Amino acid sequence: MTLHSLSRRSLLKVGAAGLAATALPFGIARAQTNVILGIVYVGPKDDYGWNQAHAVSVAALKALPGITVVEEENVPETDAVAKSMESMINIDGANLILATSFGYYKPFVVDLAKKYPDVQFRHAAPLWNKETDPANAGSYFPYLNQAHYVDGVAAGLSTASGKIGFVAAKPIPSVLSNINSVLLGARSVNPNATVQVIFTGEWSLPVREAEATNALIDSGVEAITCHVDSPKVVIETAEGRGIKTMGHNASQAPLAPKGFITGAEYKWETIYKAYADDIAAGKTPPNFLIGGYNNDMLRNTPYGAGATPEAITAADAAIEALKGGAPIYKGTLKDNKGNVVVDKDYDNYDPYLDGMNWLLEGVQGSIT
Amino acid sequence: MDNPVLTVLIAMLGGAIRVSTPFMFVALGETLTEKSGRINLGLEGTLVLGAMVAYAVSYLTGNAWLGVLAAGGAGTVLGALHGYICKLPRVNDVAVGIAMMSFGTGLAFFFGKPFIQPQAPHLEAIPLGAWSDNPALAQALEVNPLFFVGIILAIFLGWAFKNTRWGLIIRMTGDSAASAKAMGVSVDLVRFLATAAGGFLAGIGGAFLSLSYPGIWNQGLSSGQGLMAVALVIFARWDPVRAIMAALFFGAAGAIGPSLQAVGITQGYYFFNAAPYILTLIIMIISAGSKSAARDVPGELTMK
Repeated sequence: MTLHSLSRRSLLKVGAAGLAATALPFGIARAQTNVILGIVYVGPKDDYGWNQAHAVSVAALKALPGITVVEEENVPETDAVAKSMESMINIDGANLILATSFGYYKPFVVDLAKKYPDVQFRHAAPLWNKETDPANAGSYFPYLNQAHYVDGVAAGLSTASGKIGFVAAKPIPSVLSNINSVLLGARSVNPNATVQVIFTGEWSLPVREAEATNALIDSGVEAITCHVDSPKVVIETAEGRGIKTMGHNASQAPLAPKGFITGAEYKWETIYKAYADDIAAGKTPPNFLIGGYNNDMLRNTPYGAGATPEAITAADAAIEALKGGAPIYKGTLKDNKGNVVVDKDYDNYDPYLDGMNWLLEGVQGSIT
Repeated sequence: MDNPVLTVLIAMLGGAIRVSTPFMFVALGETLTEKSGRINLGLEGTLVLGAMVAYAVSYLTGNAWLGVLAAGGAGTVLGALHGYICKLPRVNDVAVGIAMMSFGTGLAFFFGKPFIQPQAPHLEAIPLGAWSDNPALAQALEVNPLFFVGIILAIFLGWAFKNTRWGLIIRMTGDSAASAKAMGVSVDLVRFLATAAGGFLAGIGGAFLSLSYPGIWNQGLSSGQGLMAVALVIFARWDPVRAIMAALFFGAAGAIGPSLQAVGITQGYYFFNAAPYILTLIIMIISAGSKSAARDVPGELTMK
């Protein structure tokens, strides 16, 4: 609350807010550190999911010398995020702003980047456009589907039937790619593997997520993973019914002591550390930074009790292959309506895959 | 599961039992409050605060039932606050309710932060389906004791409104404050107590959300269930037993969306996920126009 009201006040006082920052007494504290990193989260930073993944990585940076971290949680994708970011710049003197939710980018990050050309803005989704967007804005995004591919490999060898359930929020390309990658991972070790998906339609809807998990279990899946904001409900519900689980976004291993196999996790600290180093060295951080296993931006959660020894061996081998750039979408693949959607080996970062709007043959589910 | 129709039906049965309980408690609480002539729209906030308090107390003490009681207590406080403020002159109960909704959720989010991550002990369910070798049916019949408490309470309330002295006093206060005053009944006191008791029930509804199903605490937990339950009261025409039916119906309809996708009917899930709301609207349109519906509205309600 105070942050907001202060921000409004400082906005009224000065038009040229860059000057205001130096005029404020907080500038003294700033002199001792080179990088002041402001990070905005859309939800609570201990949600066992997306926000926690960022917060854990930023916490690792706090210990380093020369970095001050300013955080704000539960900032909706509205005007509120502009105020939060602006107060981080004006009051805390932030010189690097990390906006971690999809809807923060347009218009908020873009507008503020124009207004504060000396501050670097980076946004956690591949949205930055070289032609139209300010040069001090940018995007970063690890391709989590590579870690979900590893989930699929481990699940394919940790279940007898290879029937895997997937609770998904919305049918956008990054979600679809995670679903397809789980299938391809599982099929790489078990040709009969299938993935059954249920879309809930919202990023956070705990009751429907629990219903979806129960429905998947009732239809006979042996392992479940998900792509929702807070996977806690899905993992706990499945564990309660004795079904194996794979995590998403952050480590959910403590939630499922009996059935946890592994999970797909972001390693944001690789990116954040690189940004901080660049700024400390007086360089501009790259505008567009994407990656995966090949450049240390992902990890899989340490194997739980649900993973069989064969699964661990195969999953470790899959991780090594991905580090070497092995493609996930390769050969000829059909979608579940019978159309050929992949007709050659695609690089894991091929732009064609960013526009994914299909579910592969072997996935039971529909995007509409 | 081989038979898809059976799968969906079992899922609807399970959904009715699992999802309906918070709706039941909030709807019963609201029925009690509205019967006394006041509307408390703040029960969404009460539900969320109840969920948070229950989870926190269960986590800190290790006893889930203490959590349920604490949630009831928190709900009573919010209800009493609403009841007290509405007693003041020229105060609109609907407006106060909306303020209380924000207050309750805000309070819950503020104090609930440290409890998002920890795992609190849950309420034990009664495995009524243990006889069945069908795991889906066995799961559907794992019933939380609060479910039965809700049903018994509804039957009791329905009986008490007709057959007990205080039940009649509440109804009289709700239908005509002037007659209640003529009888020497303190209208404000009756409404204050009815709102506080309504808050108690809504708080317990919240405890079910965080301690039974889905059994977590986070800020998206309720997503408007408290408001829906208030609407169910109108749907149920201020009858506690009908409120239970409405809650069961609503829970069953909510299970349609996920279970259809599970049996392979994957097209149009946005539409099927909206099934509870669509069905509720249809039934309301069919039933609300009748004369008997108009007769059921407590006369003092400001919604007319």
